[in-house]
Order: sequence, then C-alpha cells, then structure tokens
Amino acid sequence: MTATDLAIVLPEVFLALFAIGSLLFAAYTAKDDLGPALTWATAAVFVGIAGWVALSGDTNRTAFNGMFIDDGFARFAKVVVLLSGAAVLVMTQEFLTRRGLMKFEYPLLIALATVGMMMMVSAGDLMALYMGLELQSLALYVVAALRRDSPRSTEAGLKYFVLGALSSGMLLYGASLVYGFAGTTQFAGIITTADEGGMSIGLLIGLVFVISGLAFKVSAAPFHMWTPDVYEGSPTAVTAFFATAPKVAAMALFARVMHDAFGNAVGDWQQIVAFLAVISMFLGAIAAIGQKDMKRLMAYSSIAHMGYALVGLAAGTEKGVSAMLLYMAIYVTMNIGTFAFILTMERDGVHATSIDGVRGLSKREPIKALALLVLLFSLAGVPPMVGFFGKFAVLTAAVDAGLGWLAVAGAVASVIGAYYYLRLVYFMYFGEETDAAIDGAMPTVQWGFLVASAALMILGIVNLFGVDGAATLAAITLVN
Amino acid sequence: MTVVDFAFYLFAITVVTAGLFVVIARNPVHSVLWLILAFLSSAGMFVLLGAEFVAMLLIIVYVGAVAVLFLFVVMMLDVDFAELKAEMAKYVPLAALIGVVLLMQLAVVFGSWAFAPEAEALRGAVTPDAGEVHNTKALGMLLYDQYFLLFQLAGLVLLVAMVGAIVLTLRHRTDIKRQNVLAQMYRDPAKAMKVVDVKPGQGL
Repeated sequence: MTATDLAIVLPEVFLALFAIGSLLFAAYTAKDDLGPALTWATAAVFVGIAGWVALSGDTNRTAFNGMFIDDGFARFAKVVVLLSGAAVLVMTQEFLTRRGLMKFEYPLLIALATVGMMMMVSAGDLMALYMGLELQSLALYVVAALRRDSPRSTEAGLKYFVLGALSSGMLLYGASLVYGFAGTTQFAGIITTADEGGMSIGLLIGLVFVISGLAFKVSAAPFHMWTPDVYEGSPTAVTAFFATAPKVAAMALFARVMHDAFGNAVGDWQQIVAFLAVISMFLGAIAAIGQKDMKRLMAYSSIAHMGYALVGLAAGTEKGVSAMLLYMAIYVTMNIGTFAFILTMERDGVHATSIDGVRGLSKREPIKALALLVLLFSLAGVPPMVGFFGKFAVLTAAVDAGLGWLAVAGAVASVIGAYYYLRLVYFMYFGEETDAAIDGAMPTVQWGFLVASAALMILGIVNLFGVDGAATLAAITLVN
Repeated sequence: MTVVDFAFYLFAITVVTAGLFVVIARNPVHSVLWLILAFLSSAGMFVLLGAEFVAMLLIIVYVGAVAVLFLFVVMMLDVDFAELKAEMAKYVPLAALIGVVLLMQLAVVFGSWAFAPEAEALRGAVTPDAGEVHNTKALGMLLYDQYFLLFQLAGLVLLVAMVGAIVLTLRHRTDIKRQNVLAQMYRDPAKAMKVVDVKPGQGL
C-alpha cells in the first residue's frame, strides 16, 4: 500500500468518508429531520464525484497489486452509476418525506451501496469483486425493507436477502473452484491460465457457478424469481433505485469478469451468456403481459432489458461491450423518467400503482401522457426513439459476432414485448376512465425528470449525445 | 508412531466425532458444547501445522466469542427444536436427493480435477517465503498490506450491517417512561421528600 494506490481509489475513499461523517453528524444532531438535506447533499456529492471521475484523465491504472482497476471502462460505468444514483435520490426525496419514510440513514446507505458498486466495476480480483458486491447488496437488502411496518416491504427485504445469500454462495463456490485451478484470485493471473478449449472441467464448473451468481445480481432469467416480488414490495423510491444504478454496476461487473478473467476463452462462456439472454428476453416479454401492477410490470421489463444487454455481452467482442454500455446508459435514462411518473401515481392521496390508473390520462394530463408515451415507445424500442438505437446496437454486435440467431430471437422478443408497452399507451389515449384513475398532482422535480427523460429520448436521436463514442472508448480499454 | 502423529490422530478423531455429535445431539445446548470441542481440537491441528497464531485466534474468537454467543442465543430463544425437526422430516427425501446429486457432481469434478501449470507459482507469489518470515508476521503483511483494500471494505460491510440492524429495528417510542440520570441527580431532597409526623391512631 502506497500513497499512489490511495490516490487511485480517492473517489471511493471520499464517498465512504462522506457517508461515515454524515452518519455521525446526523446521529448526534437532528437525526431524521436532516434526511431531506442529506439526500440533496448526497446527490450533490454523487454528481461531484461523477465529474471528478469523468475528468480524471484517460490513463489506465491499477492499485493494490492489481486488485483495483481504474480504466476507461470502470470510469464510464462509475459515471453512469453515480449520475443515475443522484437522479434517483433527488427524485425520491419528496416521495419518502411525504410518506414518513425519510430516515437519515437512507441516503447514506445508498451512498455506501454506491461505494460498493464503484468497487465492483473496478474489481481486478475475485475477492475485491465479492467485497464490492456484498457491500452493495447488504445496503440494498436494508433499504428494500425500509418500510418496516409493511409486511410486503419486509417480505421483499427478506426474500432479497435469502436469495441474495444463496447467489453469493454460488458465486463463492465458483470462485473457489476457479482459484483452485488457477492458483490466484486475480483476473490478470486467471486469464493466463484459462485458454480457449483448454479449460478443465473443474474450471468450467467454477465458471458456470460464477456466471450463475452474477446472473442473479443482474436479475437475468432463470435467476430472476426475486425481481417482481422485490420490486413490488419495496417502497417505490427504492424500486426506482434498484432498477437503475445496481443494474449498471452488476452488468459492468459481469462484463469485467468475463473479459478480464476469461477473455481468452470467449467460446466457453459465450453460449451460457447467450442462453441467459434468450431466456431473459422471452420471459420478460411474455410474463409482463398479464401484469396488473406498474412496479411488477417494470420488474419484468427490466428482466427483458437485461436480456438485451446480455446479447451485447454474448457477442464477446469490443463492439458488443460498447453496445452493452450504451444500452445500459439508455435503459437507465428511460427508467428514471418512467419511475418519476410511477412515484407520483396516487389516488386520493394513497400511492396506487395499478395500471388501470393511467386509463384516460391523456385527457386530464396531456403533457404527462405524452412524455410517458415517448418513454414507453422508447422502452419498447420503437424506431424514432433512442431506445431503438440501444437495441439496434446490441443486435448488430451479435450479428457481427456470428450470432445471427440470437439477434433474430431478440427482434422477435422485442415485438412480443412491445405489446404490453403499447397497451399502456392505449389505456392512456383510448381507455375509459375508471374509478381507479390516478388524480395526484406531480411535484416539479418529478415532472422535470419525466419530461427531461422523454425529451432526451427524442433529442438523442441526433447523435446520442456522444454516449456511444464514450462507450466505444470505454470498451476498448476492457477488451484487447 | 511419533508424538506428532499420535497428536494428529487424537485431534483429528476428536474433530470428526465432535462434528458428528453437533448434528445428532438432541439438545441444542449440547450441540453447541460439542461444537466448542470441535473448535478446540481443530486449534490443536493448527498448532501441529505450525500456525500457532491461527490456533489462538480460533480459540479466542470462535470458542471465546462466537460459540458463547451461540450458546446464549440457543438458550434465550425459545425455539422448539423438536417441532422444527418434524417440519424438516417432510423435506428429507428431496434434500437427500439434492445432496446425492451434488455429491456426484463433486465426485466428477474431483475425478477430473487438473491444476493449471502456473498455479503453483501463482499461489506462492502472494505469500512471503515461509522460511524467512514468521507466519504471524506473514499473515499481518498479507492482511494489512497486500489486502489492505479488502480489509477496509470488510469494515464498511460490517458498518452497513450495523446501520441496517439499527434502521430496521430501532423504534423511538414516546409512550414509555425513561430514566433521566441528570434529572435524578439534580433532584433536591428538600423538595422531593417531606417528613410527616404521624400521630398514633390517625391516618394520613
């Protein structure tokens, strides 16, 4: 450990110290009354660190004997994670305060989870991977059960915890087999021992277990069972967070392990990832059709979207990774807008997330309905919107890598999936208003996020704001 | 058979027997006591391996803290273990099937297990030469230099666990009487008490 090592992890150290300091400060002063202020402060720190990471040059460095990697890929993922985390914090502060859930620990647990995510995307070692993953997951288990007097929220927290522990067990079992074979936990060491075709059966089983553990964390089918229940049971503010930053971090970690540790044996994991991708896309698209609740619908939607991101990863090429990063950035932007809307769905002052609530929305709230329409089209991947370009990028990457059948499956699944997004649009514009219709006013902050996110989905078609270029640069540093 | 061999077999047989009794003992308190015996014997094995620091850790941390904590939890929680076991019995066939399948898979892995040719060198690369550095010192160097980052992250994980436990369980109840030490100390005896002279035959 030297000063240079510490200088490289400085953003993480700073965020951790901020969380610990604020925790002490709030515990000794106004406690929960400080919650809203701390939420804003945490969001500001997130944005500040995102700027710091983005502008910290384009050198690729490692710290702590290769345990921590600071390269373009990690920086891209960190910026997306931090900015989406900040957006969700700002967006959910009012929701939590109004429902009496604003504990001062909430923003700080989110900050600590974010430290974990930053470690995950920078992990250069199986142990660093696991520590980052656990730091993130543990904080998320707690916030899932934040509404502790509600049985559903407690159930969500418990379910997430038990299944998360199971997946950690699988991951660790796989990691121990990999270590047993390679004799090292460092990705840089593992890649020298794991060659194409030369993988022993023990290492292969280890790899499968590691992938299963990671697939659970990104909620890819068939490891998705927890997602709908956790999304539905958690307070909506927490669900909004689950659907954004942790997904990006877990997906980036997935790509990092596959390429940094097993990059010489693409053929061995490509088929597994492709299988996960196909199952996720179809399950997400088909199971969402019968859903009556917006949050459950978004859960299945996220499973399907993870499937598309995995298509990019399955390509196993630099283009695939770049498409995956682009897809995740777009997915997070769409989700922030959609959740800004879901957060404000209420009837007679009670939060009501049934999809019947949006029936006839266009007549009452034309701007909101229009913004939601744009977002839903984008989620479905309807051409003029930015969401289409994300899908297009991952599917072309798959075709270029010789996985034409995967691209075809993706296109078919997206047509099936379009049904339930378009059904919501139909409800908004042609549905008869029922007595479940939402009537809540929308606070300025959420309204701003909804409209801004929808505007980005349209304005982005000019040049995607250069995110695709940044994603390509990031992917180059990972795949070589 | 040398003394070392004898000690090894003694400790090894004790560990296995104690482990078996942890599982089959009817009384959970007895299970914990058997567990402590297993810990102590494995500490002996570590001493035989020349890792006396780990042996002491095992006794101080596992026997001294963890096992005693277990004992408290087992004794304080009113869990009806007989009922739990009856509940478990329903799932035994399925669990046994899964166990057998896992065992067979492990056998496959074990049968065809191969080490990477570089594994030996890579494994030795992180640890200092055992001949030159005392094992306690080597452990310290590994934990606090090589794996400093992981050590600190483990600290953060524990912090999150602690904060989480408080967030999920602490309730600020306002309807109960609390002890206020300062108020107690600053009470003035002259105001708090009065001496009443009660005449015989009269009440207050």
